Amino acid sequence: MTAPVLMVEHLTMRFGGLVAVNDLSLVVRRKEITALIGPNGAGKTTLFNCITGFYKPTVGRLLLSHSDGKSFLLERMMEFRIARDARVARTFQNVRLFAGMTLLENLLVAQHNTLMAASGYTMLGLFGFPGYARAQRRAVDRARYWLDRVGLAERADDPAGALPYGAQRRLEIARAMCTEPVLLCLDEPAAGLNNRESAELNTFLRAIRDENGTSILLIEHDMGVVMEISDHIAVLDYGIMIADGAPAAVRNDPKVIAAYLGVADEEIAQAEASL
Amino acid sequence: MEYFVQQLINGITLGSIYGLIAIGYTMVYGIVGMINFAHGDIFMVGAFLALIAFLVLVALGISTVPLALFIVLLVSMALTALYGWTVERIAYRPLRHSFRLAPLISAIGMSIVLQNYVQVAQGARVKPLPPLVHGGYTLFEGNDFAVRLSNIQIIIIITTIALMTGFSFLVARTRLGRNMRACEQDLKMAALVGIDVDRTISLTFVIGAALASVAGLMFLLYYGVVDFFIGFLAGVKAFTAAVLGGIGSLPGAMIGGILIGLIETMWSAYFSIEYKDVAAFAILIIVLIFLPTGLLGRPEVEKV
Repeated sequence: MTAPVLMVEHLTMRFGGLVAVNDLSLVVRRKEITALIGPNGAGKTTLFNCITGFYKPTVGRLLLSHSDGKSFLLERMMEFRIARDARVARTFQNVRLFAGMTLLENLLVAQHNTLMAASGYTMLGLFGFPGYARAQRRAVDRARYWLDRVGLAERADDPAGALPYGAQRRLEIARAMCTEPVLLCLDEPAAGLNNRESAELNTFLRAIRDENGTSILLIEHDMGVVMEISDHIAVLDYGIMIADGAPAAVRNDPKVIAAYLGVADEEIAQAEASL
Repeated sequence: MEYFVQQLINGITLGSIYGLIAIGYTMVYGIVGMINFAHGDIFMVGAFLALIAFLVLVALGISTVPLALFIVLLVSMALTALYGWTVERIAYRPLRHSFRLAPLISAIGMSIVLQNYVQVAQGARVKPLPPLVHGGYTLFEGNDFAVRLSNIQIIIIITTIALMTGFSFLVARTRLGRNMRACEQDLKMAALVGIDVDRTISLTFVIGAALASVAGLMFLLYYGVVDFFIGFLAGVKAFTAAVLGGIGSLPGAMIGGILIGLIETMWSAYFSIEYKDVAAFAILIIVLIFLPTGLLGRPEVEKV
């Protein structure tokens, strides 16, 4: 077992009277793929929104630690600081690219840490200072590297909105990776992909974990994908974690089966009789 | 023919000034989705700051015109940018997550505040500036009419072209420009890839104000007078220019500015000078009815 990268402690998110996430504690480990599954409305995306700063949780703590020992309390940080300093990146259920910008620009805009050295230099950049040009070249190199990884290198200068759906999803992951994340949160990355595409996605995500050492937290409904690539699965239902463990254990957990398939009438009768 | 060419030159000069102001409207609209009604008054403040800077320079004994112009340009850009930043910081940012109309109402309030502030601080009378840039060229003559291109017109047109080139480069090629375009497309997502959205919006206001202050300086040099109320009419006309060009589009703002300048000048030259504002605003109405996205604007796509 590796060290935890994200510790969610007693997280509760209420919207008025609705409790979307209820006292949830979860550990995401470094260099592992952790899957978050559960029926619709279980609170998976709400948890993502808390991690990435869209929502401020009602109660609880989100502790993210880097391998160099730095740690961040995500619930206290602004969105852009979570992305830039704590290095959490995410994608969305519905793709959110900068549709009017080119593929290359989509990846450049995400590279704050590379271009940070040049951040005060917008004016200098205008006049072509060498430091800025060098940082810019490094950023372009990395962007091209990731375009290559997702197989979109030859479309670098097309507007992102012109790509087919599957390619847009890949580009979104590439853009997230350009922020050099410690934790990559993927919200249903396989949704709408065909079998071949989702097999490619599996290979790609494993490569991100193994080669780049990025921890991945993903929400997914495609059980084929989940069971195949996850090191660890957490199951949510009505905002509560009902199971947590290795894929094989979770698959046979009666509570998980009940949450997904429902419970037969006689079992309810049995349960009531035993009360 | 000669008369027409002369009006063309005058129109383009006037249009350059409108275009520089229109950039500020269109940029802010593109990113924040609000009309900054105080922008015209920022232009007025820019003109006043330029006037004050001129007087200070004269008092200091700097009277070389090109040098004085350059210093005044930098000083008024810097100070007006500070005004732009402050207006955004105190009047719009606290309302960013409020209902849509709130910053708009706040903008109208800010416009009134700036006008009255200048009126109180500088007085309500028209302030003159003696002409600094003299001379010009006679391009050609005919039918007892000489077509003249004055030096001040050359300065205005060249400065505008230079600023526009620099600005387009900034938007297209620099990190700040990319951040601005990313914010324009999706504010939330921009924050999630690590862009400091608040800072980008502030800088948008700063750049818009700096361009407006250049327009203010040009206006001051061209007409030689300023008062606290010039911001209103110039602002509304620049806004018309931004709408005509397609609000949110930067080249659109520039083209719209030139067109409004030309329409106004031609109308004054061939029809009646009293009704030139009517002509400009009739354009606003016609565009809104028949071409709501303007010349270069994109239709707004409702996100589902």
